[in-house]
Order: sequence, then C-alpha cells, then structure tokens
Amino acid sequence: MTEAVPKLRLRDVRKSFGPKVVLDGVTLDIMPGESVVVIGGSGTGKSVLLKCILGLMKPDSGSIQVDGEEVIGMSRRDRERINHKFGMLFQGSALFDSLPVWENVAFGLIQGDHMPRKQAREKALEKLIAVGLSADVADLAPSELSGGMQKRVALARAIADEPEIIFFDEPTTGLDPIMADVINDLIVKCVKEIGATALSITHDMASAHKIADRVAMLWQGRLIWVGPASEVFTSGNDYVDQFVHGRAQGPITMQLRK
Amino acid sequence: MSNGILAFLSVIGRYFLAFLRHTGRLAEFTAISVYHIFRPPFYFRTLSRQMLEIGYYSLPVVGLTAIFSGMVLALQSHTGFARFSAEGAVATVVVLSMTRELGPVLAGLMVAGRVGAAMAAEIGTMRVTEQIDALTTLSTNPFKYLIAPRLVAGTLMLPVLVLIADIIGVFGGYLIGTYKLGFNPANYIARTWEFLEPIDVISGLVKASVFGFLITLMGCYNGFQSRGGAQGVGQATRNAVVSASILILVFNYMITELFFAR
Repeated sequence: MTEAVPKLRLRDVRKSFGPKVVLDGVTLDIMPGESVVVIGGSGTGKSVLLKCILGLMKPDSGSIQVDGEEVIGMSRRDRERINHKFGMLFQGSALFDSLPVWENVAFGLIQGDHMPRKQAREKALEKLIAVGLSADVADLAPSELSGGMQKRVALARAIADEPEIIFFDEPTTGLDPIMADVINDLIVKCVKEIGATALSITHDMASAHKIADRVAMLWQGRLIWVGPASEVFTSGNDYVDQFVHGRAQGPITMQLRK
Repeated sequence: MSNGILAFLSVIGRYFLAFLRHTGRLAEFTAISVYHIFRPPFYFRTLSRQMLEIGYYSLPVVGLTAIFSGMVLALQSHTGFARFSAEGAVATVVVLSMTRELGPVLAGLMVAGRVGAAMAAEIGTMRVTEQIDALTTLSTNPFKYLIAPRLVAGTLMLPVLVLIADIIGVFGGYLIGTYKLGFNPANYIARTWEFLEPIDVISGLVKASVFGFLITLMGCYNGFQSRGGAQGVGQATRNAVVSASILILVFNYMITELFFAR
C-alpha cells in the first residue's frame, strides 16, 4: 500500500531576519482533512511560518510541498494556482474597507473564479448566514461592524470559494470568551462542512483544544512537540506543560529586564 | 584621527548604499507595475473608480488653481511689461505660460497633494492591516488589482485635467485682461490664438501624462512599502507627496529641454 501524500509537507524550513533566527528547521506533515494547531508564545515565529507557506515570505531554505508539489521557487503563475487552494483568516480580519461586506465575502469568487456578480452575491449571502450573520449586513461597510462580526465576515470570506486548505491566524485574539467560542464552533463546523485541511496558529489554549486534531508547539523556531490534541495537557514535555498551563515559571523564560 | 575620517566616510557610504537600495527597489517596483498594466486580467471597475477619483474629483482644486494663475499672470505681465511698453503681449504670455508650464506643473503639484497623498495613505493602511496579503490569498495579484489601475488612471486623466486647466487659466487671463486692463475682448482672443502652436499644448499634455504616472507611482510605491502602523503610513504619505513634487519639477525641466531646446 502506498503512503498517502500529505496535503502540506514542511521539511526543515528556515528563515532568519538578519542575525535573528525565526524558523530554525520546521518539519511537519499535515494530512488531508486534518486540523493542526501550532501553539507558541508571542514572537516565536508562528506568523512567519504561515507567511512562508502562503508565499508572502520566502524561506531561506527547506522545502514546502502542497499536495506533493514543491512551492518554493515556483513561478508566479503556478503560485497563483496553488494559492487558489488556500483560504486565510487574518488576525485583524483584514477586510477590504473600500468594499461592502458582501463584496468582501464574494471577492475570491468574483476576482479568482470570475463568477458573475449577481451569482457571487447570492453565494456570499449564503456564507454570511452560515457564519451566523443576517443578510442585512451585506451592504454595510466593514467598519460599521463590531470586531466579532468582522471576524465572522472574514471567516465567511476565507471559506467562500471552498478552499482545500484554510489557515487561521490567531482566530480568537481580541474577542471576548463567548465570541471566541462562537468563532471556534464556526471554524470547526465550516472546516468539517467543506472537508478542508486546516492549519491554525494561536496562543489561546481553549481555542486550540477545540479546533485541533493535532497540536504542535513552536519554540525558538522549532517544533518541540507534536501530538494529538487530547494529549496536550498530559504531554510530559516541560515546555508544553508550562505553556498550556500558562505558568511564568518553567523552562521557558521570558526575556524580561529585571 | 584616522578613526574619525573612517567614521565619517562610513556614514557617507551607508547613506549612499541606502540610496542605491531605494533606487533599486523603486526600479523593480516600477518594472513589475508596468508589466502588470499590460497583462490580463484587467480590473476595469477599479480603473473607472480611480479615473473618477483623479479626473473628476480633482476638478475643483485644479480649476481654482488654474483660474487664479491665469488671472495673476495677466496682471503681472501687464504691469511688468509696461516698463518696456510690451503690454500687448499679455494674451500671448498667458496662453503660452499656461499651456507650456503652469497648467501641467500646478495641476501636477495640486494632484500630487490630493491624490498622491490619499493613495499612499490608502495603500499604506491596506499594507499594515494585511489587506494586501489578503488579496494575495484570494488569488488576486495586488499589482494588477491595486497598482496598475491607479497608474493607468493617473497617466490618462492628468492630461484631461491639464487641458481643462489650460482653458480655465486662459479664461482667467481673459477676465482680467478685458475687465481690468481694458483690452478689447475680440482683440484679446485673437492675440491668444495668434502665436499659439500645437506643440505648446502637446508638450504640456505630455508633461501632464508623465506627471500623472509619477504621482500615482510615488503614491503606490510609498504606500506599498510602508511598515509599522500609523506612523509608517504617515511617513509614506509624506514621502509620496514630497518625492512626487520633486520629481514633477525635475521631469518638467527635462521634458521642456526635450521639446524646446535647440
């Protein structure tokens, strides 16, 4: 029996900014339909990892494969084809403030898939309802919505053209605990519904526990622990333990000036 | 002693390298942008919105600038030329100055302040709020979607604006000439046309086109490169206006030299 091709395969990905090493050899396989959450403190390179996979940054070395296809050093045209498989929920939502809500959601459909605007609007309304918003918000500007609503619009946009892989960049940061849980539920529901593979980064353990099949911990540019979500609280790894329980004391010491 | 000299030289070197780096980055940005102007898909919706923004909404400010420039030109040349009894040249001076120089340069500077600044701020904000990254993840090339339509709109609309500014400016001169300086209206109009050649207007429109490209390029480039929140966006806006204004004056000289130097 042949081994299944991972949806996303990272091998020894490295990235430095000047003398500062941010990714120091990240290796990870994500299988189709799986939801992996990368946890780690602020400034440990989680966002850089996502940006490298999305092609917004170029890693210094290593290999990133999507469906068995190497994407580093790919031509622009191929890159656009690969990006078509991706959806991304940005930390700050990153909605286009010059466009009304529905056009934000329909953006990938209109620009990427060349769907007629009328049909795209229908689809956008469907997605808005799927994330628990009413159709009334469709013609509002993103700035007229609350943070939680913006996040849901951004989620609707990320799933609108049914991507194969969805990235979530700190999906619950800046939301109240209840709204955070609503977003978590929506993420689980949406990802399951369209059968997508998901890679999320967060430092919110409640969120990680809820949406992850597997959890990976990033520290000092490396994945120091990877395991099933159910084992994250009993990993036996001091670093993971300290992080998931949010203790100031432990092997991870914050660079604070005394 | 030698340490001091070395430190001094290294400062110069550092600035020079930074200058080269910026020039290189700008050249690369320009090349990529121009390449995408000619490559489909084309975003006509963004293009028409930008054309409206640059062409139509700049009309009041450009029109006001033009009418007062034309008026002051008539007044100044009349009082100045009276010293060697050449008041009769007022109409010619106004029309040549407007079409060749003041129309394109003043319109360019006003639009640089209005449109270039707004563009840098908008694109800069899109950059720092990850909207530009979001475009990429929605399989839309930001150069095609954001930059190319703006460059095209600027290059096409500035000549239109300048043509209107020329007409309004000449009209301003006419108003002062006939109502204040006592020229015969028919005579003034005849003198306006008498020495005007197509090249005067054409050179002005070519300038306008180049200025339109430069303004939008500086707005887009500085916005696109902005980093680090509100302060970065503010800096991008300032750089966009300052660099566009300086480039307008430099290119104004070079194009004039190209057209009229013998």
